[in-house]
Amino acid sequence: MAKITYVAHNGASTTVDVADGVSLMEGALQNGIGGIDGDCGGNAACATCHVYVTDGWGEKTGSVTELEEAMLDLADGRKANSRLACQIFASPSLDGLVLEMPETQH
Amino acid sequence: MATQPNLSAETPIKHTIPREEFEFTWPLPPRQRPDLKDYSAASLAEYLRTAPLEDIDIADPIYWETDSHWNYFKRLRDESPIHFTAQNSNRHRGYWSVTRWADIMAVDTNHQVFSSDAHLGGITLFDMDQDFIMPMFIAMDQPKHDVQRKAVNPIVSGANLQAFEELIRSRTQEVLDGLPRGEVFDWVDKVSIELTSRMLATLFDFPQEHRRKLTYWSDIATADPEVPGNLQKEERQAVLMGMLQEFMGLWNARVNDPEPKGDLISMLAHNPATRDMPPMEFMGNLVLLIVGGNDTTRNSITGGLKFLNDNPAEYAKLRASDAATRPALIESMVSEIIRYQTPLAHMRRTALEDTILGGQHIRKGDKVIMWYVSGNRDERAIENPDAFIIDRPRARQHMAFGFGIHRCVGNRLAELQLKIIWEEIMKRFDTIEVVEDPKRVPSAFVKGYQSLMVRIPA
Repeated sequence: MAKITYVAHNGASTTVDVADGVSLMEGALQNGIGGIDGDCGGNAACATCHVYVTDGWGEKTGSVTELEEAMLDLADGRKANSRLACQIFASPSLDGLVLEMPETQH
Repeated sequence: MATQPNLSAETPIKHTIPREEFEFTWPLPPRQRPDLKDYSAASLAEYLRTAPLEDIDIADPIYWETDSHWNYFKRLRDESPIHFTAQNSNRHRGYWSVTRWADIMAVDTNHQVFSSDAHLGGITLFDMDQDFIMPMFIAMDQPKHDVQRKAVNPIVSGANLQAFEELIRSRTQEVLDGLPRGEVFDWVDKVSIELTSRMLATLFDFPQEHRRKLTYWSDIATADPEVPGNLQKEERQAVLMGMLQEFMGLWNARVNDPEPKGDLISMLAHNPATRDMPPMEFMGNLVLLIVGGNDTTRNSITGGLKFLNDNPAEYAKLRASDAATRPALIESMVSEIIRYQTPLAHMRRTALEDTILGGQHIRKGDKVIMWYVSGNRDERAIENPDAFIIDRPRARQHMAFGFGIHRCVGNRLAELQLKIIWEEIMKRFDTIEVVEDPKRVPSAFVKGYQSLMVRIPA
């Protein structure tokens, strides 16, 4: 279990519990958090769960696969700390993680 | 889960005929068709339900014109999810059909193995004319695909869409307010084409008074030259050359502007990745943007009205919604319409190396068809997939836009157009009645409507 905070582009912040092993895209959808769409269902195949991992959490959220990198590269608002939330899975080590969202998912 | 390998299967090994061994003739050799008493929708559907799978060539437009293909894809998903079609291979060289959601996802996300390259045939079941290759970014692999796609991406980004919303809404209002009451008219012509062609003209900054040319070129670009009444191959190429000529004029007028303007032509003419494109590549990208921005949304606008008429309880649900519930309902309905329509029935890839897919040996050079129309009805991925449910949970999870690096770049614009039209329809009309079956496009690629006759009660 991890407490994950999702910060929308307008600054609205929501903190929810996400069970271990559940992706942070899934965590957002299950809790009705707007701004994360998850169109492909968690395959790193669409980039509609694009998030920014805030300072200090980069290493703990794991590495980026070639496909995730390719999809992020085509996303709007790509930054160095961009990730797809469907490729990050909750665990105790992510407790307290804060994710920010881009203006839109595309 | 993707299909598990079945390496002991004793199916005969068949493969796409390599291009260098294929004797290309034009016109294509005659098509083998089943010997049926008639070719009505009912007869064809019954044939597809019972005929040996190896006899069936679903690329035949007759199955799409009659909307009779559904039984075949259900059988493939259950019995032969990675299925090779050799029937009529002297016309199309033979192709693999991928029909389950998970297997389509596996192909669509593996662009290293499954190529979209126009020079290998491109992204449709029938190869691009090899004497008239139109490179376009959807039919390119990395890295060129990426830089060209990025050149046009900003026009359909979130920020830009907000700027379009008001324009789309006022046009939609104008078109809907001008519709006749109490008389039968063609929804495709008066609404679907009208709205999508206006939008497309805006994206290109193309003269609005000539916007129907865009519709014409879109139809010509995807029309099968073999279907009676369609242009012959050479005529089709001549029309597309004329389109290129007309767009070159717009390009030349904009290329020397000190700054790019916000339209697609200006963006292409100024971006280092696209400003030196050869003419055929410019033509290819025009075709891509015109078809992508036109046919697809047009057919979803039409499809939605048909589905609501076919499912009165869903139409009633929409009517019963109020100011609080309607926005979310229309949002999920838009995704459900797109899934249910799947306006592009397939995308095609070419294997760059030998690989195993769902237990089948795919050989280098094989054609692989991802049938989105089937994946969107796969019971393994979507609950009750044959039902049209406007408040379907997780309606966004459909594959009509494709997945991976070639996923539809204009998906948000399409959703926005559909959202606005349904918001505005519901403000005006309690009901719009479909009065007869639609006339469908005879194509295994563009899954759409030529006409849909409707009436708005007086």
